[in-house]
Amino acid sequence: MSDIDGSWVLRARGLRKEYGKEAGLVRAVDGVDLDVAPGETLAVMGPSGCGKSTLLHLLGGLDRPSAGEIWLAGQRVDQLTEKALARLRRDAVGFVFQAFHLMDELTAVENVELPALLAGRSPRAARRLAAELLERVLPVALSGGQRQRVAIARALANEPVVVLADEPTGNLDSAAALELLRLFESLHAAGQTLIIVTHDSRIAATADRMISMRDGAFVDETRLTGGTRGNLADLAGLGG
Amino acid sequence: MQQEVVLAMLAKEPSHGYQLRARLQQALGPAGDAMNAGQIYVTLSRLEKASMVTCEPAAGLPDRPDRKVYALTAAGQQRVTNWITNVSWPGPGLAEFHLKLIAAAAARLADPLAIIDAQRRELLRRLRDAQRAAMAEPDRSHAALLLEGIVLRLQADLRWLEACERNWTGRKDRP
Repeated sequence: MSDIDGSWVLRARGLRKEYGKEAGLVRAVDGVDLDVAPGETLAVMGPSGCGKSTLLHLLGGLDRPSAGEIWLAGQRVDQLTEKALARLRRDAVGFVFQAFHLMDELTAVENVELPALLAGRSPRAARRLAAELLERVLPVALSGGQRQRVAIARALANEPVVVLADEPTGNLDSAAALELLRLFESLHAAGQTLIIVTHDSRIAATADRMISMRDGAFVDETRLTGGTRGNLADLAGLGG
Repeated sequence: MQQEVVLAMLAKEPSHGYQLRARLQQALGPAGDAMNAGQIYVTLSRLEKASMVTCEPAAGLPDRPDRKVYALTAAGQQRVTNWITNVSWPGPGLAEFHLKLIAAAAARLADPLAIIDAQRRELLRRLRDAQRAAMAEPDRSHAALLLEGIVLRLQADLRWLEACERNWTGRKDRP
């Protein structure tokens, strides 16, 4: 779902999040406007403490803004009741965190089928879906990034409108990070809308668009699509 | 010594040769230890011939290159502006970019953070190109190995830009 002409699935206007009072007031998110197109991969980069994780939490309905408006999947999110917000998170948003947030006492399949079961699917349908998703994200035997890939399968379980990822490569070695990069690319190719908050320039470079954040606000935006391979020779030191 | 660097160090105000040298030494730290005074004066005299700087003997001081006062011409000023906005990379190396930020802030030519943002845009595009090319190559191919090297270098450069961003954020000497 999106607006009438389908030009965005997620929109924010004048978004603010403040903590504390008076002299101790912190503006974690300070007036953010954002439109995310269907199927777009958006990366948000910035120094730690710039407010990018807080922004992600606001967009996914994990936290409420101090001011401003958010629409997701055609719904105004910032005014929803707790119950409606929980339903929206479950049905429309897939979360991926740096620390995986998997349940250790459950198997991989059980972790992945959980959101589908919570959304009211039959156990049989949930199990089938989980098996399919795991096959898609775990094509080869175990590697360092396996847990994160299971977490991504879980994020996809309810066919979310948007997947929100917070430092997804933060705990991975470079080979596992590359595998994850390929996975994000394949999700992108399949039309999944993706917002990734990251320090990792490799992940950011796979995005269609990169936004730099400082002190709670967007300060720079780069479209990364339409690149050419023309300068690879220069980069390899073969330039004239 | 690269001509643009010497020009940019003069952009703040006309200076004696020795002041220019001191400014460069302070900006470069130990990385500038190998720089000798002669290089700067050779560059300055070339720039004077190319009408990028003017050179006036300082009143009441001995007529030595370090005692003369150097100033940018309009053409010199234009060349500095072009250099500040140029995002080619790696080019002659980190020191050049570092001095670009310092000179831009000192002469109030541009906000160092805006220069960092522009450079990051350029490097991320290159990283994207190199990474896409790398992912399209079979694992363990020679081509993939070279592309991996390019990717790693660009990542390192981008991490240094992050350090530059942290360092220049909230500084009083920023315009």
